[in-house]
Parts: sequence; structure tokens; C-alpha cells
Amino acid sequence: MQIEVRELGYTYSEGLPFATTALEDVNFTIPSGEFAAIIGHTGSGKSTLLMHLNGLMKPTKGCVLADGIDINEKTKEAREARRKIGLVFQYPEYQLFEETVLKDVCFAPKNYGFTPEECEEKAIAALKLVGIDPDAKRDVSPFELSGGEKRRVAIAGVLAMEPQVLILDEPTAGLDPKGHKDILDMVEKVRRDRNLTILLVSHNMDDAARMADRVLVLDKGHLAMNGTPREVFSHHKELHEIGLGAPSSSELLYLLKEKGLNVRTDIFDEDGAAREIVNAFR
Amino acid sequence: MAIKDITLGQYYPGDSVVHKLDPRTKLIGTILFLVSLFVVKNFTGFLFCGICLAILVKISGVPFKYMARGLKAVMFLIVFTAIINLFMTPGDPIWRFGILKIAREGIYRACFMAIRLVMLIFGSSLLTLTTKPVALTDGMERLLSPLSKIGLPSHELAMMMTIALRFIPTLLDETDKIMKAQTARGADFESGNLLQRAKGLIPLLVPLFVSAFRIAADLAMAMEARCYRGGDGRTRMNGMAFHNCDRIAAVILVLYFAAVIAIGKLPVF
Amino acid sequence: MSKETVIQLKDVTFSYYVEDAEGNVTTNNDVDVKHSEKRMALDGVTLDIEKGSFVAIVGSNGSGKSTLAKHLNALLLPSSGEALVCGMSTADPDNTWEIRRRCGMVFQNPDNQLVSSVVEDDVAFGPENLGVDPAEIRKRVDNALNAVGMYEFRKKGPHLLSGGQKQRIAIAGVLAMQPECIVFDEPTAMLDPSGRAEILKIIRGLHEEGKTVILITHFMEEAAQADRIIVMDKGRPILDEAPAALFAHGEKLQELNLQMPFGASMAAKLRDLGVDLPEGIITAERLAECLCR
Repeated sequence: MQIEVRELGYTYSEGLPFATTALEDVNFTIPSGEFAAIIGHTGSGKSTLLMHLNGLMKPTKGCVLADGIDINEKTKEAREARRKIGLVFQYPEYQLFEETVLKDVCFAPKNYGFTPEECEEKAIAALKLVGIDPDAKRDVSPFELSGGEKRRVAIAGVLAMEPQVLILDEPTAGLDPKGHKDILDMVEKVRRDRNLTILLVSHNMDDAARMADRVLVLDKGHLAMNGTPREVFSHHKELHEIGLGAPSSSELLYLLKEKGLNVRTDIFDEDGAAREIVNAFR
Repeated sequence: MAIKDITLGQYYPGDSVVHKLDPRTKLIGTILFLVSLFVVKNFTGFLFCGICLAILVKISGVPFKYMARGLKAVMFLIVFTAIINLFMTPGDPIWRFGILKIAREGIYRACFMAIRLVMLIFGSSLLTLTTKPVALTDGMERLLSPLSKIGLPSHELAMMMTIALRFIPTLLDETDKIMKAQTARGADFESGNLLQRAKGLIPLLVPLFVSAFRIAADLAMAMEARCYRGGDGRTRMNGMAFHNCDRIAAVILVLYFAAVIAIGKLPVF
Repeated sequence: MSKETVIQLKDVTFSYYVEDAEGNVTTNNDVDVKHSEKRMALDGVTLDIEKGSFVAIVGSNGSGKSTLAKHLNALLLPSSGEALVCGMSTADPDNTWEIRRRCGMVFQNPDNQLVSSVVEDDVAFGPENLGVDPAEIRKRVDNALNAVGMYEFRKKGPHLLSGGQKQRIAIAGVLAMQPECIVFDEPTAMLDPSGRAEILKIIRGLHEEGKTVILITHFMEEAAQADRIIVMDKGRPILDEAPAALFAHGEKLQELNLQMPFGASMAAKLRDLGVDLPEGIITAERLAECLCR
């Protein structure tokens, strides 16, 4: 499913003296199957943007199109389109509430009127997808799981709606390095298995560069940059001006270049950067 | 957010004498004012109370409109009380329709009760409008502390209020987040009959309770780590002291109360 | 030893589960326990921490690092063994409050450790509990707020502040108790990169002023700032070295699911490719310097 954002704007308390603009004139298109990373400071409008992408917030200007359908229409197609856009919030484990893992994951399909059998089928498939063994864990209380497992179950709770677009708001927040890697590996796997369009909000430039086809940079409610990681991270100076940066490897190469070494700066993985440095010395 | 729109009694920042009074003075003053509204037996008395209150509001600098907005929330209660009094007071009927009748005494009582209620609300909201919740809690703790000798847990009550005040915004935020997350999973909090809606709240309430318990556990540990061990031996940074304005306020209060009683002795009209 | 020890752990063990004489299992200290933690959370920990040092304790989730932190100010008591803080045993209830005053603690969640809806009242909470004179509290609160750069926010409500700012208030609240030692239990885990940098700068500043700082974290980049890093695994300290020396054990750290700081890991890769680099490189800046020499 393709997501298209057109002249999107949102103003809190519009018309009142203390109105604040959270988003202004945001335009971008994410083609079906693409992996996009959204980066930006806290307060840059990232969360507001995400909530517009599946209709939780209604724009005060512009629109969001999913495969050409305006998702904020009151039609059946629009409602169906919204269902196909799954949104995983930050710390999603805080939304778990059912007695058992399986029931919790069934919540979304149940809300969309599927039969109990269909719900269970979708839930089990979703649990498998996130790496939770449905046979062992289906009847366990979600509150008895470990932190990482809770988060997976919560993500399964969104995947059970069988979305075609998956939006994740900092899915690794608060996890240790292993948990961080595991969740991101899972996202890649889910994307491959279901052929999803992915939007990932991240503070980690290394992750953005490594995983994404496209990087969107938000600053003060505006879309500051939009392009491939290579294009975006080549604007090294501009990124630093808005309090962001490039991936670690690229930052090191920039440092070396400043010191007069003749190296490329558009390499985002450690091994590649190491080879580039060695070559520069030859 | 409907929850955030309630202005009844929300602190209105200001620099007036009323704002600066010791919270204990204001607490006692408010109680005396409320009592005086029940001592009053006639409209002359209400006129006097009303004028005093109006002067106080003027001094406090809280816009009258802002105060009146707080009335909206309780308008139903006032109208309801007035109607009950209008029809239910026995006496000399001046209007009759089937079993409904209105007596002269009914009109009198309805007006009387409505005025009393409005003044009760204005009087008590002036307290909360001009006193920060934290100061109010402190004032209450200190006023009640003599009662701790007879077993009233005044410090504990005040600490509970302090923590409640601190975490109301946090829990409101949390509620908003959980609602959004469940809505993203297709939950519907707005349609259906009463039973369906009540059931629909479970996906909101369970996570909210879990959050509240987590906060409570974390907070208890943080408080212990900062040496909290109840009210004994505790000092306070902001000591409370009565100033000249408090003494003047005390004199005015006594005079006011004497005047209310005196007006009560006047022939009724 | 020339230096004074602030904290001394002697063969400390701790289990969240306690088995009584009849074999019934109950939980210890009413702590929320996950299934995976049924084993010993601390399994024979012996270590000394010197006055004025900056020690980082790292380890993956469930390695016992947070449990260890809670033993340093008597929030948890050893099941066996002994924990001495400033020479006082945490097991003696008479010492509890003095230990907590001398060894303050900052927790992970910035929201759940502030008590009052006014910043300065919150900072005053600790000294008020200690029964400090009001005029003195005022002075300490102002000093503590200045030390973390939050003085101008003293009348604000915590809910209007960012995560990093809330964490700074929590630090001020501990400083107002004038502790000798501060334990930071994953203080940056829930913050964004700018909040993280803010807090780390303050922690470094406190160390430079002579406070003993113990930082629990799973970010190696943060741990690298310490004088000494203790790596915990399955309830035991398994490595205990200065950062530069520790990062020479690249493979061992990888096994423990710990990520080396970027500079150190890059330096190791370059050495493997035959680049001649001095030992002890941790940051990218230092690496660049060494490369361009």
C-alpha cells in the first residue's frame, strides 16, 4: 500500500490565541513496499505526523492518501484503508490488558468484526511472525512475560489486523542492545514475510541508514529533508544545525576528511568504513 | 479533552492580597463565609454577603467571567434545587395546574436556595482560585495537625493529596496514550449502548490500573530512597507565618460575622 | 590502601524468592518478579568502591545490575553476606536512614520519582524528611537547582518539563541531601539522545566535584566515561577493569550481548586490517587523531 501525504498541516487549538502549529505543509510519498525512516528531535512533530497517518488525528490542512483513498473520508473504503495501516506506539506493552496472550492479540481483529475462528487464526499467525511460540504462550497472562516478550506480543496485537503498512514509533525505546537488535531483526523479518510498507521513527542514525530505503527528516513541524540515506546524510552540516547527525561510521569519515584525509563520507557500516580508511592509507 | 476543560476551582495566577494571604487564613475565612450563608435568614443578609464577596473578588483580580464559567458545571444542580423548592413548598397557592401548584413561599424559597448555592460555589471557588493546590494542602495539614494527637492522620492525608495533585496530569496523559493505542487497534470508545460502552472501557481501564500500580511501586521506592519515613521529625522548607494582612483579615472576618448575625436580627423583609 | 572505601560488598547474595522452613516459596520485599528471575539475582558479589571514583556497572537485562544498585542504599538487604556503606552495615535498621542520606539514588523513570507538583518543593522533599532547618533547606534547594541548571524552572510543574529536565530535577533532589555517593540506576534509558547527553554531562560534573558516582547502564558509550567498569552476568561481576583495558576483550563482550563503543570497535576492526594503532582508543575523536598522526 502506498502512503501519500499532501500539504499536511496541523494546528493545536486552531483559532485560539494560544494556537500552536505542529505540522506545516508536509508532502511526501512512500511507495508500496518501501522502508522509510523518520528522524527528528523530540518535539519536531514526529508523533503528530504518525497519528495522522492512520486517522487517529484529523489534519487541519491537507490530506493523507492510502493507495489514492483519503483515509479521513467517512466511506467504507476509507475505514478499510485505515485498518490496513497499523500503528505501534512507543512502549506498546503498556496497552496489554487481556487475561491471556492470545485474547490480547485477538483484540484488533475482533474489533473489526472477524469471527472467533478467523481472529484466532490471525492472532496465531501474528504471534509466530514476532517470534513468540503460540503453543507455549497463548494461555499465559501477558503480564507474566518478560519486557521484550511483552513488546513482541503488543506488536503482534497490531499485526493481527493484517496491515499492509506498519508504522513503528521508536520500537526499541528502553531496551538493552540485545533487545534492540532482536526487535529490529524482527521488523525486517515481518517486512519480508508480509511484504509491508514500513515507517520507522528512530533516534538512531545507524539504524536508519542501515535499514531504510528512504529517510525523512522532520524539524519544527516541517519536512526538512526527504531522500535515500545517501542523499540525506550527505547534508552533514545541515543535519548538525538541527541537532541531528550522520551515522557513526560516516561521522568518523567526516572527521578524517576534515583532517585532510581523502576518504568518501557516504559509508554507513563499520566494515565498509574500515576498508575505506585502509584504502585511503595505501 | 473534556476532562481538561473543567475550570471549577482551577488556580488563577495572580499577585493580589487575597493570593498572598496565608492559606490557613483563607481556609478558616472560607469556612466562616460558608457558615454565614446558613446563618443568614433574609435577603438583606444575602445582599450584605454578596457585596462582601463581590468586593473580595474584585480585590483578588480574578475575572468575574472566569468564575462564572465554573458555575456551568453545577448549573443543573442549582436549577434542580430551585424547581424542587418552587413546587414542593407548602403555603398559599398563587398558581395551580393539576397537581402542580406554586405558593408565594415556594418562589421565596426557590430564590433563596438558588442564591445560597451560587454564593456557596463562588465563595469556595474563590479559595481554590487564589490558592495553589500545594499551598492548600499544606494549610490543611497544619490546621489539622492538632487533631493528629487524637489519631487523625493529618500528615498522611496531606501527603496523599500532594501525590494525587502531582500525578493527575501524568495519569491524564497516560489515559490519552492508551486510548489512542487501543483506537489504533480498532477499539471504539464512543458508540454503542451504555453496557457496550462500559465493557468497551476495559481495554482502557486495565492498562491504566497497571500503570497506576507501577507508578505507585516506583514512587514508593523513590520516596524511601529519599529518606521518607512519615511525618515525624519532618521539617518544611516554606514555613508558614501569619503576616499583618492575615491579622487584618482576621479582624475583618470577625466584624463580618458579627454584622451577619446583627442583620439576622433585623425584622424580615 | 591509601584511598577510603565508600562501599564494600562482602560475598553478597540475594534472591527475590525466599523458601521458608516448610518449603513454601514467597517473594522477598514485595518486588514485582518475573519468572526468569527465580534463580539468585545476586550470587556472591564481593567488591569495593573507592571514595571519589566513577564506577559504571553494565550488563544485559537480568544480569543483576539493578538489584546490585538497590543494595547500595538499603532498598534491598542481602540474603546472605554483608553490604557496608560508609562503614555501616545495611542490615542494621538503625543505619538505614544515614545510609540513604549518604548514598542517594536516581532511578530510571523520570516521571515516577518526583513527588511534588512544584519543582522546588520536590527538591526540598529529601532534606525535609531529614528534618533540616527551613532556612538551610532553602539554601540547599537553590544550590542544587543551580548545580543542574534548573533554577529558573523552580516554580514550574514537573509535567511541563522534558524527560531530561525531569531527570535533572531528580538529581537535584538527591544533591539537596548532600550525599557522598550517588547511584544512578539507568538514568538515561528512557531519554532521547539530547536528554541523554544532558544527564551524562551532569554526572561527569558531579564526579569532577569529588562525589562518588556509580552509574548503572546498558550503554557502553556511557560506561566508557567512568574510571572503572564492572560487567555483571548472572548475578556476578565477571569483568572489572578500566574502560580502555576492558574494550580489549571485544569477543567476550560480544558473547555477553554488550556493544562496544563505536570508537573502540572501529579501532579493533582497523587493527585486524593491519593498521597500527595505539591501545586504549575509545572515542571516534581519539581514533581520528591517532589515524591522522
